[in-house]
Amino acid sequence: MPIAWYLVVSALIFCIGGVGVLTRPNPLVILLCLELMLNAANLALVAFSRMWGNQAGQIFALIVMVVAACEVTVGLGLIVAIYRRRLAVNVDELNELRG
Amino acid sequence: MSAVLFFLAAIGALTGAIGVVMLRNPFYSVLALVGHLIFLAALFLLLRAEFVAAAQVVVYAGAVMVLYVFVVAYIGGGDEPLSTVGGGLKVLGPVFALALAVELCIALLGTGLKGVSARGAPYVLGFGTPREIGRLFLTSYLFPFEVASLLLMVAAIGAVVLARRRRGLEGGDEAESEVPAIRPANTGTMAESTGVRPGFATDPALEDPERAAAITAEGGW
Amino acid sequence: MSPTAFGWLILLFPLLGCILTAVGFRRERGVSAGAIGSLAIFLAFVCAVGALITLLGRSESSRQVTSSLWNYTFTAGVDAKLSILVDPLSVFMALVVSGVSTLIHVYSIAYLKSDRGYARFFSYLNFFVFSMLLLVLAGNFLLLIVGWAFVGAASYLLISFWYRRSTATRAGIKAFVINVLGDVGLVLGTFFIFRHTGTLDFLRAFHAAPHVFGHNSTDLVAGCLLLLVGAFAKSAQIPLHTWLPDAMEGPTPVSALIHAATMVTAGVYLIARMHPLFELAPTAADVGAIVGCLTLLVAATIAIVQTDLKRVIAYSTMSQIGYMIMGVSVGAYSAGLFHLMTHAFFKALLFMAAGSLISAMGGEQSLDRMRGFRKAMPFTFLCFMVGGLALSGLPPFSGWLSKDDIIAYLDHRGGGFEVLGILGYLGALMTGIYTFRMIFRAFFGEPVEEARELERGHLFHPESGFNPATGELEDADVGFPGPEHHIAERALAMKAPMAILAFLAVVGGVLQIPGIDASISRFLSPTFADSHLAGLDPSTGSAWVGLIIGAVIAVAGIGIAYRVWVLAPGTAARLQARLGRLHTFLLNKWYFDELIDLTVVRPAGWLGGFAESVLERGVIAGGITGGALGVVGAFSAGVRRLQTGFLRYYAAAMLVGAFGMALYFLISA
Repeated sequence: MPIAWYLVVSALIFCIGGVGVLTRPNPLVILLCLELMLNAANLALVAFSRMWGNQAGQIFALIVMVVAACEVTVGLGLIVAIYRRRLAVNVDELNELRG
Repeated sequence: MSAVLFFLAAIGALTGAIGVVMLRNPFYSVLALVGHLIFLAALFLLLRAEFVAAAQVVVYAGAVMVLYVFVVAYIGGGDEPLSTVGGGLKVLGPVFALALAVELCIALLGTGLKGVSARGAPYVLGFGTPREIGRLFLTSYLFPFEVASLLLMVAAIGAVVLARRRRGLEGGDEAESEVPAIRPANTGTMAESTGVRPGFATDPALEDPERAAAITAEGGW
Repeated sequence: MSPTAFGWLILLFPLLGCILTAVGFRRERGVSAGAIGSLAIFLAFVCAVGALITLLGRSESSRQVTSSLWNYTFTAGVDAKLSILVDPLSVFMALVVSGVSTLIHVYSIAYLKSDRGYARFFSYLNFFVFSMLLLVLAGNFLLLIVGWAFVGAASYLLISFWYRRSTATRAGIKAFVINVLGDVGLVLGTFFIFRHTGTLDFLRAFHAAPHVFGHNSTDLVAGCLLLLVGAFAKSAQIPLHTWLPDAMEGPTPVSALIHAATMVTAGVYLIARMHPLFELAPTAADVGAIVGCLTLLVAATIAIVQTDLKRVIAYSTMSQIGYMIMGVSVGAYSAGLFHLMTHAFFKALLFMAAGSLISAMGGEQSLDRMRGFRKAMPFTFLCFMVGGLALSGLPPFSGWLSKDDIIAYLDHRGGGFEVLGILGYLGALMTGIYTFRMIFRAFFGEPVEEARELERGHLFHPESGFNPATGELEDADVGFPGPEHHIAERALAMKAPMAILAFLAVVGGVLQIPGIDASISRFLSPTFADSHLAGLDPSTGSAWVGLIIGAVIAVAGIGIAYRVWVLAPGTAARLQARLGRLHTFLLNKWYFDELIDLTVVRPAGWLGGFAESVLERGVIAGGITGGALGVVGAFSAGVRRLQTGFLRYYAAAMLVGAFGMALYFLISA
C-alpha cells in the first residue's frame, strides 16, 4: 500500500479528534479526543518510519506514547480534583481563569 | 491481502474515532477508544512496527484506558447532551476541522509531495523488533529515553499531589452544608445573631423567640 | 608665622567653634556654648591681629600674599584653588569682623541666657563669622562665591532663629530669596569677567584686566553691573533692600552683627576688592554711586517715620551703607572702608542698646509705647547717646570723620559727583533728625509704666507672649525671648562689650584725621596701589571745610529733632496731620514691597499656577503619562477579551492557526 493511504487515515483521525475537542463539554471526553489526535500522530510517525526505513520514527512514537500516558495521568488527576471540589465537570462552566 | 487488512483496520479505527466523538455516555466513549486503539495496533503491524503495536495494546489500551475506566466510574457519567456550546462553535468547529482534513488530503494526495506515493524502503531484517528498538533506546536515543522516564516520574508525583485528600476540606461524599463552628462562641457571628446557635445576643428584643423566629423566617438580617 | 598661616587659623577657629557647639549641644549646660563660641571668635581676632603684625612687618610691595591649600584645576577644568589672599584690605575686614563679632558673642552670652536654642544660636553665629571671614579672605572668585552663599545661608538661619514665629520664618525666606538673586548676579558677573581674563584668581585677573578689557567695554560693564546686583542684594540697596527691615525679626545680637556690622558690608568689600575692574568700567561705577546715593536718601526718609525701634536702626544701616557704596564706587576706598569700620562700632552699639531697651519693655519694640527711660536705664541711655552722636556725625565722634571723609572726596572729584556730595549732606541732616527722634522719644518725656517699674528696681515681664507684629500667641516653649529678659544695667556680659564699643565709637576717628594722620589710607595703599582714583584725596584745607560743614549740619539735624520732639511735643502730630499723604507714603516704605509683589511675585505665582494646571496636569500627567497609560490600557483590554475562560475557544483558535499554517505551506510549495 502506498504510504499515502496511511497518512490520509491519520489525517482523518486527527480531524475527528479535533471536532471532538471543540464540541464536547465533558473534559473527560475532551481528553479522549486528545488521545485520538495523539494516536493519529503516532500513525503518521510509524508510517514515515516504514517509508524511510528509519527506526527513529518508531522510537518517536514510543516516546509520544509515554507523553500521552503522563498527560492522561495529570489530566485525570485534575478532573478528579475538580470533581472532589464539587465543581461542575463541564468546561463551559469552568471559565474563571480569564482576563 | 495486505490491502484488505489495511482497509479493515482503517475502517475500524475510523469507526472507533467517530464513536468517541459522537457517543453520549462517556463510558461508551472510552470503550470506543479502546477499540480504536486495537485497530490502530493492527495498522502498526501492517507497517512492520511490531514492538510499537505490542506497546500500544499492552500499555495504551491496557493501562491508560483502564485508568480512564476507573475515573469514569468514579465520576460517573450519565447520558449528557452532545454539546452545550453556543451556536457559533457548534457549527464552526466541525467546519474548521473538515477544512483541515481537506487541506491535509490535498497535501497528501496531490502531486506536491512526491515521496509519499512510494511504497516504502526495502525491508531490513529486524526492523521493528524489540531487539532493534531496545538497542536504539540504549545507544542513540538514550537521552530521550531518560527524559521520558523523568517525565513519567513527574507525572506520577503530579497526580498524587492533585488528587490527594486535604485535611479540613473534606471533599468526596460528605456534604458541605454543615459549616463547622470555626469562630468561638460569643463573638458575634451571623449564626449567633440570627439565633441559629446560642451565644452573643445583641438585642434583648431577640430573646423573644417569636420575634426571632419571625425575623429568621424573613431571611435573617 | 607667615600672614597666610594666620589667615588659615582665622578661618579655622570659628569653624571649630561652630562644629563644637553644634555637636555637643545636648550635653552642654549653662553658658558653656556661649563661652566656646566667643572664645573661638576671640582666637580668630587674635590671629587677625597676628596677621596684621606680620603683614606690617613686610615691605610695602609684598603685602599681598596668597596661599593655596588645594588645587581643583584637574577636576574643574578652571584654575579653581582653595586659596586665600591676605592683604591689607582683607586683614582690615577680618579685624573689623572678628573684633565686633567677639563683642557681640559676649553680649549674646547674657542676652539669650534662658533661650532654649542657646547652643544652636552660637553654632549659627560661629558659622556666620566663618563664612564672612571666608568671604573677605578669599583669594579667588570661587571662594568668594562660596563665602557669599554661606553668609546668605547663615543669615537665613539666624533671622528665622525663633522658628515658631511665622513672621520670623517669612522674613528669613524673604532675605534668603533676595540674597540668592544677588548670588545669581555675582556668579554671572564672575563668568563675564572670567570669559576674558581666563582666570578665577583675583590678583591674576586684576593684572590681566587692563590688557583684555578696553575702557568701558560692554562685557566688563555687564560683568560689573551683575557684580553690583550681588552687592546690592547683600548690602540692602535699592531695589533689593526689602529684606533688611523684615530681618529685624531675628534676635538683637543677630541684627547687630549681621545687619549692621558685617554681612551688609560685604557689598562694600566686593566693590573695593574689584576696584581695578570698576575703574575700567566707569559706567558701572557710576551706577553704583547713584544707587548708593538714592538708597541713602530713601532710607533716611523712611527712617524718619518708622515706629519700630529696630527698624529705625535698620533703615539707618541701609542709609549708611549707601554712603559706603557711594564712596567705594567713586574711588574713595579708604574713606568708604573707614566709614565701614566706624559704622560697625556705633551701629552695633546702637543695636545692643536697643536690645537692652526692648528687654526692659518686655519684648515690645514699638517706639509709640516707649517714653522716659532716661532715669531707669542710665547706661543704656549713655550708649544710645554715644552711638547716636557718632551716627549723626557730631565732632569729635568717629562717625563725623568717616562720613565727611567720603563727602569731601566726592566734592573734590567734582562734576556730577558734587551733586552726590550735596545729597550726602542732605542725608546727613536727615540722619541727625531720625536718630535723635528715636532717642528723644524713647528716653525723654514722661516715663511709661515699664520705666517706672524699672526705676523701682523691678523688670517688667509680660504674662504671655504675643507676637507684637501680628498679635498671634507665641509658642514660648520653643525658645522665644524666654521668661527672662536681660538688660545691660544688670548683666556684665552685656555691659562690657557695649562699653568697649562706645569707647571705640568715640575715639575710633583718630585713625584718619585729615592733615594729621592717614593711617588707614596708608595701611590700605598696597591693595589700592593699582588704582588711579585712590590717590585723589582732597587737600587738607578743603577736607576741613567739609568737616566743618558736616558738623554744622549734624548740629542742625539734632536741633530740629530736639525742637520737634522735646521742646514742642505736639509738633510731630501737627506735621503728620498736614503732610498726611506723604507720611503714609513714607510709612509704607515708598511702596517698594507692593511694587515687587506686583511685578515679580505675582507673575511668578501666575507662572507657577499656569505650569501646574496646564503643563503639569494637562500635558505631562494628562497627555504624556495619561496617554501612555491609555494606549497600554486599551491595548491590554483588547487582548484581554481573548481570554474568555472557555477552553474550547482556545482549542478552536489553535486549530484555526494550524489550518492557516498548513495553508501557507501548501500554497508556497
